[in-house]
Amino acid sequence: MTFYGIVDGSESSLKHFLAQLPGVDQVGADARAAMLATRSIKTSSKRWAIDTAISMVDLTTLEGADTAGKVRALCSKAVRPDPTDSTVPSVGAICVYNDMVSIARMHLDAIGGKHVPVAAVSTAFPSGRASMEVKIQDTQDAIDAGAAEIDMVIDRGAFLSGQYGLVFDEIVKIREVCGDRAHLKVIFETGELVTYDNVRKASYLAMLAGADFIKTSTGKVAPAATPPVVLVMLEAVRDFYQMTQRRIGVKPAGGIRNTKDAIKQLVLVNETAGPEWLTPEYFRIGASALLNDLLMQRMKMDDGYYASPNYVTID
Amino acid sequence: MASSKKSSASKSTPRLEVKKTYKLYINGAFPRSESGRVYEVTNSKDGFVANPSLASRKDLRDAVVAARTAQGGWAKATAYNRGQILYRIAEMLEGRADQFASEIVLASGVTQKKAHDEVLAAIDSWVWYAGWSDKLSAAFGATNPVSGPYYNFTIPEPQGVIAVAPAESFLSLIDAIAPAIVSGNSVVALVPGSAAIAAMTFAEVLATSDLPAGVLNILTGSHDELAPWAASHMDIDGFDISGIDKKKRTELKVAGAENLKRIHSFDGAVSPTRIYAFMETKTVWHPIGV
Repeated sequence: MTFYGIVDGSESSLKHFLAQLPGVDQVGADARAAMLATRSIKTSSKRWAIDTAISMVDLTTLEGADTAGKVRALCSKAVRPDPTDSTVPSVGAICVYNDMVSIARMHLDAIGGKHVPVAAVSTAFPSGRASMEVKIQDTQDAIDAGAAEIDMVIDRGAFLSGQYGLVFDEIVKIREVCGDRAHLKVIFETGELVTYDNVRKASYLAMLAGADFIKTSTGKVAPAATPPVVLVMLEAVRDFYQMTQRRIGVKPAGGIRNTKDAIKQLVLVNETAGPEWLTPEYFRIGASALLNDLLMQRMKMDDGYYASPNYVTID
Repeated sequence: MASSKKSSASKSTPRLEVKKTYKLYINGAFPRSESGRVYEVTNSKDGFVANPSLASRKDLRDAVVAARTAQGGWAKATAYNRGQILYRIAEMLEGRADQFASEIVLASGVTQKKAHDEVLAAIDSWVWYAGWSDKLSAAFGATNPVSGPYYNFTIPEPQGVIAVAPAESFLSLIDAIAPAIVSGNSVVALVPGSAAIAAMTFAEVLATSDLPAGVLNILTGSHDELAPWAASHMDIDGFDISGIDKKKRTELKVAGAENLKRIHSFDGAVSPTRIYAFMETKTVWHPIGV
């Protein structure tokens, strides 16, 4: 069995492939990301960017204190982010824990949100410390409950100790469970991967193993989706597309709290991967607080005066 | 002999003056204006005096975010603690009285005597308002007589984020800020023109005080530019427009109506009504015998 005719899935072939990837110029990546962050996006472009960012948000609640009520409220918000303004697009997806998937799916269907997919975090999120059987069962459960997207975490311990085959096999197995029924997003937890080189290696590892999306973080570890990390991942999907003609999506998650941060991400996408990636199909932003700030900026643009958090939801 | 040698040495190598860069005071830090702009303060005697930052509406937006974040903690501090913190600021003002006076002379061209009197009046006013912190609930609160087995309390509470636009003087600035923060509000002060010089020295006092970052933010620049944005800002609860030209006040009141903003102007007198103007009254019913 080969994967894109590039590796055969064996430890040695993976090691060989990852070893020949060029290293990331850390100073260069930082400087490039910082330079792109200075772009000023105004007026009609800003308006477009805000609406695009809203349609890319994976509206997330991943707390131990989550309740069915909170998830339903979030679903309602996902379909109509601003109840007073029907021109605001629906968000990209709802992202919840496994046991909340059926509740979210049923509520979305009931309120006319069939077009909003439910993403479930899986494989013993956020640590990934469980046996393979449990991880497969976890994923199967979520898909059976109606999850159209699976956000799996990789085993960072295995990755950092160089057991690439183990990480690869896990992704391949979860990919098999997902089949055609669910999109697979692979979370690296870049805050724990230490170097940009590791981020690049993890990106290729996940893409070769069949990921549809690569995602920076769980949101439980800081630093999370820093612009240089997202830049490295966008370069990886761009180069992978040239190698294989397959377009992989990118999802930064964690630490993107306001409109400015979100627009910086969109600039990164456009300038690194290209405008083909500027759709919810290939770029998502995992966030919870961000949506409120996007809505407040949108109100400001419509009304001509600064908005207040009193006019958006608390969660 | 030795002393004459020293003085001749200092004459031959004139000292390089350390000039002050005037910035804004937002969230306990001293950033430049987001816009990068400055304006010139001059007087008739010396000509150029300084280049304070010309704050933009985005600086105002940032200041309001900082003020909103800080307000809850400041309101929760005990009245005694708030009073102590404001007294401590008065102590530092007293120590810097001469500096404030000379800056007022430099910026507005008044006499040294007049400037010194203004500073002392400002410190007195600050102390006077600081003393009100633990007396507000007694002065403005009440236990109300009601028909039924209930206690009924009226409790004054701070409104939230207050913008103030004082006239172009140090005393007006102090008279606008002190009554607004003593009750537990946080404040964004829009300081016009030459008042920026003393205001930024005041900010240095605040930065070394125990006043939590964000409770008091100082923007320097033009009322004409900032006041309309403050008036329409949905996250500002009250606006003291004492320093705004009378002809321009109606326009601001109309803009502030959208979020039922309280917009007041006051004459120069120190008065507890100036504190109460930016407080809400909360009424609580409590059953007797439960």
